[in-house]
Amino acid sequence: MSYVPHSEDDLRRMASAAGLTDPEDVFSPIPRAVRHRGPLSVGGPLDEETLRRLFRVSPSRAVFAGGGVYRHHIPALVDALSSRQEFSTAYTPYQPEISQGTLQALFEYQSMMAALTGMEVSNASLYDGATALAEGALMALRGKGIERVLVTRATHPAYRKVLETYLSRAGDAVVEEVPFCRDTGRVDLGALASAVGSDAAFFIQNPNYFGVLEPMEEVAAAVSGTAGFWGIVVAEALSLGLFRPPGSFGPDVVVGEAQSFGNHANAGGPLLGFFCTRREHARRMPGRLVGLTKDSSGRTAFCLTLSTREQHIRREKATSNICSNEGLCTLRAALYLSALGPKGLRSAALQCAAGAGELTSLLRDRGIFPLFSGPCFHEIALPLKEGKRQALLAEGIVPGIPLVRDYPELGEAVVTAVTEMNTKEECRWLAGMM
Amino acid sequence: MAGRDDVAGFPLIREPLLKDVGAPGRNRRVLPAPFDVPQAVDLPGIAVLPDIPDVSEVETVRHFTRLSDLNYGVDNGMYPLGSCTMKYNPKMAEAMAEALKPVHPGDEAAMGSVLGLLFLLQQHLGEICGMDACSLWPAAGAHGELTGMMVIRRAVDAGGSGRRKVLIPDTAHGTNPASCAVAGFVTENIPSGSSGFLTAQTVEEHLDGDVAALMITNPNTLGIFEEEISEIARLLHENGSYLYMDGANLNAILGVARPGDMGVDCMHVNLHKTFATPHGGGGPGGGPVLVKEGLAPYLPLPRIVNDGHGGFALDREGPESIGMVHSCLGNVAISIRALAYILSIGPSGLRETAKAACLNANYLRSRLAGLYDLPYPTPTLHEFVLSDRAFKGTGVSTMDVAKALMDFSFHPPTVYFPLVVGGALMIEPTETEPIEELDRFALAMEDIARRARENPEELHGAPVTTPVGRVDEVLAARSLILTWP
Repeated sequence: MSYVPHSEDDLRRMASAAGLTDPEDVFSPIPRAVRHRGPLSVGGPLDEETLRRLFRVSPSRAVFAGGGVYRHHIPALVDALSSRQEFSTAYTPYQPEISQGTLQALFEYQSMMAALTGMEVSNASLYDGATALAEGALMALRGKGIERVLVTRATHPAYRKVLETYLSRAGDAVVEEVPFCRDTGRVDLGALASAVGSDAAFFIQNPNYFGVLEPMEEVAAAVSGTAGFWGIVVAEALSLGLFRPPGSFGPDVVVGEAQSFGNHANAGGPLLGFFCTRREHARRMPGRLVGLTKDSSGRTAFCLTLSTREQHIRREKATSNICSNEGLCTLRAALYLSALGPKGLRSAALQCAAGAGELTSLLRDRGIFPLFSGPCFHEIALPLKEGKRQALLAEGIVPGIPLVRDYPELGEAVVTAVTEMNTKEECRWLAGMM
Repeated sequence: MAGRDDVAGFPLIREPLLKDVGAPGRNRRVLPAPFDVPQAVDLPGIAVLPDIPDVSEVETVRHFTRLSDLNYGVDNGMYPLGSCTMKYNPKMAEAMAEALKPVHPGDEAAMGSVLGLLFLLQQHLGEICGMDACSLWPAAGAHGELTGMMVIRRAVDAGGSGRRKVLIPDTAHGTNPASCAVAGFVTENIPSGSSGFLTAQTVEEHLDGDVAALMITNPNTLGIFEEEISEIARLLHENGSYLYMDGANLNAILGVARPGDMGVDCMHVNLHKTFATPHGGGGPGGGPVLVKEGLAPYLPLPRIVNDGHGGFALDREGPESIGMVHSCLGNVAISIRALAYILSIGPSGLRETAKAACLNANYLRSRLAGLYDLPYPTPTLHEFVLSDRAFKGTGVSTMDVAKALMDFSFHPPTVYFPLVVGGALMIEPTETEPIEELDRFALAMEDIARRARENPEELHGAPVTTPVGRVDEVLAARSLILTWP
């Protein structure tokens, strides 16, 4: 198989028209010394059916894993519309006259993300929630007097690791953890109050990695006017359909992961990083922005804007090095939000919360209690011995994401997610075997 | 209800904003409801209903279908964006990615199969590039550059040299210096020679004890092979510096020459360019990083390893590693498409791809060189750069040429880049354009060149057949309307 549309005769004709005696002569600018001899040692060519067999993957029968990637119902129209080649094969919309579809869809996405987060501005995506947090911290550090980055220990461990990677290359900023209360699973407000300062940027994930809802009013009171900069991290975007918009607590940025909006779990990627901020920060934010404007005859039109912040213009002085981002995932998010609407989004979020409540009560009946007393959205941290976890996996039940590697202080435990993709029966299986 | 004016403008109707579609109560979707939701939900901070549009299913479908009609995709026609490699994206690869959709990364049994496929892709990319180790986690080309430069930074720090300078030729993509800056390096621009490639002598003149690396694109953004690359690599290595290669233009040399054999120490490839995964209107892409053995310990975490039972697992430990660069495993569904592409064409198909990509470009170059200024006569591979200098005095610019091409149903080439050519038109047809499409493009370019001399005013008004006319980008930046008004 080859996707080259030429016959051997075509190749010879073209070579001759280009002044070459043989098609192979097209490689003559490559010195002989660096040429590769013989064929590459790679597989194929394989036909489509053989490939299908090779690419077969079978998911387990009941999955309660979350931890930043969530299985939610995705209406069929999302796949149907996002796979239209006009969207999926298009390039970055640098030529607005033939890219109004991508541009308007991005603009709709930005508008809905701003509304849902309660912020004024959303960019057109970053790679994932972790890099969104890292970019948020880098933006904070570009501000005057910010030298430390505080992040709650109950923020997604992978996000904190990516943050460390980005910051360890970006100068001398240090990352400090703000601990959680061992009984509630919520941020230790006393520790927060003593750590925060005008030289610090503070980030808190809500709901946190354990699924626990943070006391946001108290947090906001503790950091507003005290922290030099602060941000809220949302790893489960569906929570935006149920709870007070994070922007209403007054942060500088709301960043996170919007995979839940219409993007499949996809074995972990692509994900959809979002970045929302206040208008005053728009010129300092990373990533692409779509703006509304007019065309030469005064018609409404869209185009990429504030590109003077970006790498292709500013090069080493850009606000970020990001170029390709997660365009098609934002289209899927826009499709999903349009398909669900306000009531649908609320109902999906409520189903998740109700499912987690149901599982909690089933477990309580069996004498198994969550690790934390704080209120949860749809994830619960539960004690679970590794042997038992392996036994569940062998039965095709994935009980959650193990916590012991990232939180050894919690012992053998998992964070278990319930979504509207699970059923009561699955919850009974899980509870019965735990 | 549509008013009289709306009806009068009917054929020209543009799609309204989603917020102006629908009305409260329109959305009647039935959603999965496996659980009983209590009357009063006992959770803190519950808000009023979210403020997003309430539209029926058919309105959603029509809205986005109409938006798609305002776009131009690779299946519509030639997309000759230089250094972007906008080749045909096989439908087969989309089908292969279907299997991943329901798989959660925490589903260890299912992930065993996925990791096996990812491991295979790492091996294949290593073989194609002549490199020893690979990480698939960077989610795009610039993310790959950043990861690669972090790897080099870690290596120079581990060696105790504390070098902080990276040399970048003036033909480089803007992400190169930006990625270096995020990785904590200082960049220094170095000039490429009058023949359009970097000379070993120039590199030697810029080498000193603070140079951590040179970042090169090969073939470069003029489409010219860096013929002194092996000598450049030797000089760098003697100086204790690394050679980084931006793999944006790897398509030109698939199966013909391997960066690893040229002395490259670290590089990234763009799955959404060379390996035919769809660009998605700006991602998701894929930017795997490849290194020689000496840099392998610094690659990001986790690593895919054999689990000792014939399967694969993730190793999350690695004290020398730069750490994690993505919360999960990068754009897995894109990696899978790239593997499907490689396996579907095999070794002969890869080489055939490079040959046809270079032939297409050379064929087109020979047809256009007399009509447009060709600033570098040096032989080129998969792309070439023209300029608007031939139209000096007519008032016609590269922007006019680009916009006029849209009226012939072509996507314009990359414009005003590389920066070493004033008014650059950078043309990369890729291997998937049939001769007739190349001929049609050449005819369009001929017509535009003729009109530039005979009727330049007309070109300033282009495009006229697109959904909107020339868009006012200055107004967008000034008014800064970034959400629904």
